[in-house]
Amino acid sequence: MAVVVWFRDHTLSCLCDAHFNTRTPAQVMSVIRLLLGLAFICNAYAGMDGTHEKTLDNGLKIIVKEDHRAPVVVSQVWYRVGSAQEHNGITGVSHLLEHMMFKGTEKYPADQFTSTLAEIGARDNAFTSRDYTAYYQLMGSPHLEVSFRLESDRMVNLVLTQEDFISERNVVKEERRWRTDDNPNAQVYEQLHATAFVSSPYHHPVIGWMDDLDHLELGDLETWYRRWYAPNNATLVVVGDVEPDAVFALADEHFGALANRPVRESKPRLEFLQTGPRRVTVKAVAKLPYLMLGYKVPSLANARQDWEPYALSVLSGVLDGGRSARLSKRLVREMELVASAGAGYNMLARYPTLFLFEATPAVDHSAEEVEQALYAQIGELQETLVSDRELARVKAQVIAGEVYQQDQIRGQAGLIGRLEAAGLGWRLMHEYRERIDAVTAEQVQEVARVYLVEEGLTVGILEPQSEPVRAGEAAPSAGPQTLY
Amino acid sequence: MRFAACLLGLCVVLQGSVSAAPRIEQWHTENSVRTLFVAAPELPMLDIGVTFDAGSGRDAHLPGLSLLTHSLLNTGTRELDADAIAEKFEDVGAEFGTGVKLDRSSISLRSLTDDALLEQALSTYIAVITQPVFPEKDFQRLRNQALTAIKDEQQRPGSIASKAFYRALYGDHPYAQPVSGDESSIQALTLEDVREFHGQYLVAENAVIAIVGGIDTGRARQISERIASSLPRGIRPEPIAPPVPRFPAQDLYIPYPSRQSHVYIGQLGVARGDPDYFTLYTGNYILGGGGFSSRLMKTVRVELGLSYSVYSYFFPLKSSGPYILGLQTHVDQAQQALDVSLETVEAFIRDGPGEEELELAKKSIIGGFPLRIDSNRDILGYLSMIAYYGLPLDYLESFSGRIAAVTLADIREAFGRRLHGNQMVRVVVGGPNKE
Repeated sequence: MAVVVWFRDHTLSCLCDAHFNTRTPAQVMSVIRLLLGLAFICNAYAGMDGTHEKTLDNGLKIIVKEDHRAPVVVSQVWYRVGSAQEHNGITGVSHLLEHMMFKGTEKYPADQFTSTLAEIGARDNAFTSRDYTAYYQLMGSPHLEVSFRLESDRMVNLVLTQEDFISERNVVKEERRWRTDDNPNAQVYEQLHATAFVSSPYHHPVIGWMDDLDHLELGDLETWYRRWYAPNNATLVVVGDVEPDAVFALADEHFGALANRPVRESKPRLEFLQTGPRRVTVKAVAKLPYLMLGYKVPSLANARQDWEPYALSVLSGVLDGGRSARLSKRLVREMELVASAGAGYNMLARYPTLFLFEATPAVDHSAEEVEQALYAQIGELQETLVSDRELARVKAQVIAGEVYQQDQIRGQAGLIGRLEAAGLGWRLMHEYRERIDAVTAEQVQEVARVYLVEEGLTVGILEPQSEPVRAGEAAPSAGPQTLY
Repeated sequence: MRFAACLLGLCVVLQGSVSAAPRIEQWHTENSVRTLFVAAPELPMLDIGVTFDAGSGRDAHLPGLSLLTHSLLNTGTRELDADAIAEKFEDVGAEFGTGVKLDRSSISLRSLTDDALLEQALSTYIAVITQPVFPEKDFQRLRNQALTAIKDEQQRPGSIASKAFYRALYGDHPYAQPVSGDESSIQALTLEDVREFHGQYLVAENAVIAIVGGIDTGRARQISERIASSLPRGIRPEPIAPPVPRFPAQDLYIPYPSRQSHVYIGQLGVARGDPDYFTLYTGNYILGGGGFSSRLMKTVRVELGLSYSVYSYFFPLKSSGPYILGLQTHVDQAQQALDVSLETVEAFIRDGPGEEELELAKKSIIGGFPLRIDSNRDILGYLSMIAYYGLPLDYLESFSGRIAAVTLADIREAFGRRLHGNQMVRVVVGGPNKE
């Protein structure tokens, strides 16, 4: 139950805001884990050595980072499309298309795609988030060519059939039931975002609304594929035991002949200014109450003052950077008010996002009590400067985290990919430590005062029920029906 | 769960293009604690894991005791309280963790190798393992947290199903009990129980040490001596008795108001070190372990679209661990998914794999070997496993040869002898009350 366990988890699934692994669902990703994954961002920056960039004539950007510790390599193709490019009615199309990308091409039908990777012992998977869709293979470094061969082929030659589509849509509906519909805390997360964001596409979930999934058509996927899957809308990230020039040459050989196409961006749909608190209550079958707070904040890509996201990141460290941080020390141990609590922030979101708090009340305490206690913690941050010792600790963790991060090539590649997907560029990772180091106690106080205010707040509360709520249920819409 | 199981199960060394296993150094400390070390000079970081034969299998009549004991370690030493311990680690960017499984518990430290930073982290780590004081206040608090954690499991149909599966499979055996315990045992636990558990099991005779990172052998030896000499000698506990198969296998349905049913099917499987293990691992890779190449995935997910995830694995433990098949599907499809999965398993037991399937599985397992040891953290996991289960030091190097040697006949014989569809426990959780 300890929050810190998740915070310390160095896995790829921690690195992204609501991304889903299509191929191998290793574990249920709890909302707690998801959230702390966001907090983890402050540890997620790699060192700066040995990174090289090249862009092919067709616009495909390639970033290679050398890591010669083991004879392995990870290759990832990142497309700049995710659920934030979707609109109401086709939500979930990016993620469903990601599933369909494993259904094969003329040259490599699904079975052959799978066996080609199996023959070299590669691990492959994909993930979709709000801001991007990415595909990857991990393999022995001599086999990198196999990855490029398959990825360049399916970038433009995917075969989409009605039969595969129907079956895979059912798989995705099962995935939605598993991740969200049967997971009460995930329902709070989903509805909190739907409440906090009205005009922004961060309103809808990555996996899509069930009714939208029911009414997606093969044509929607074809359109989506043709619109977004092009070399000039992709970034190829390679990290491992490779030589950059050889990788560039190999990439040119496989991807170089693909034609670039104009990519029509979505309309911005900027969220209108929230001017008062919002509240959403979820009544779901559960045993434990649960609480989330979301405050509107900028991310690096859209901050008015570029130090603000770094100050927010330090703020999340002061609150939740381990067992010594305030939420654990005060709410868990001193007051014994919560069984677990977390705070986090994804500074790499492409659009303005939320600074999130979450908590599971301890035995005999209510979500409302915990809510008040969180406000008190926020109030203190606004009134009183954080101590030098706390600041120093957060910064020490960032420095150590940069070293630990290099133990995994997947994490290193993931960071580069997300920086690119956010439109920030991978070189920003060079600045990260310095920028965090420059954050002052006054700046932490300033962002708490400006952003952690009720005008931009949305509260989500889970009220546990013993039976599902059915009141107010409408008849299913026409067309294929959801098995509910 | 699935990944964890696969990782536990697998180590290979390869043929051809890829590299060999890491060079493992081994020694025993003065008080005989087996220590395994791999030097990884590339990064200025160090991982240490101390593993005890003190998993939930040692909980006896108090399920949850091991987990509670381990989660209390960092709440107080003779000199430091919980806040001070957390600060000692985090001021130097170190990470402390504990984990409890059925057989073993592990206590881990990750630190930078800078002398001053490492010294602060290491001395705190040793104090926490060897001199915890178990404050009353923290005991009460963590007991309440344990109760909350159990409630959390009760609102997840997957957890309900998994617990019911282990209970049905193991009956009175210690592996039947959940690591997290149950409400009545957590309420019955006392501080005295915790102190006794710590005194009995977290001892030198019951410990192994694994170290990976940017230090030399001399320094690693010093560190292992410091840790081991701080542990009381103690007594090695008796091995846990092997489980006895239960007949007839239980067929359980537990209603739950969820949209999906969670299905677990299985039987007693294999013990770590069993000569059949490599055969079973390779066979299961084809049946349900090899991702999208596996028969279960092809049938249940790709062809029928019934489940997002479907898998099977052997989970080798000191005594017979389980063979488990798992999936989740809409409640209306649970019976269909269960039937199809069992048919797939039975056909595999009866006919075995095809020649091509076996060749592909071998290539995949052997070719994927370098990925399993490509980080310090992965290597630490293997060192702990090798040391704890008393596996030979050449375990990693010899593995690929053993995979390569598996034949079609071996797989048919071993599966036919060990697995029987009509003797499998079946658990379905989720769906309406039935009359």
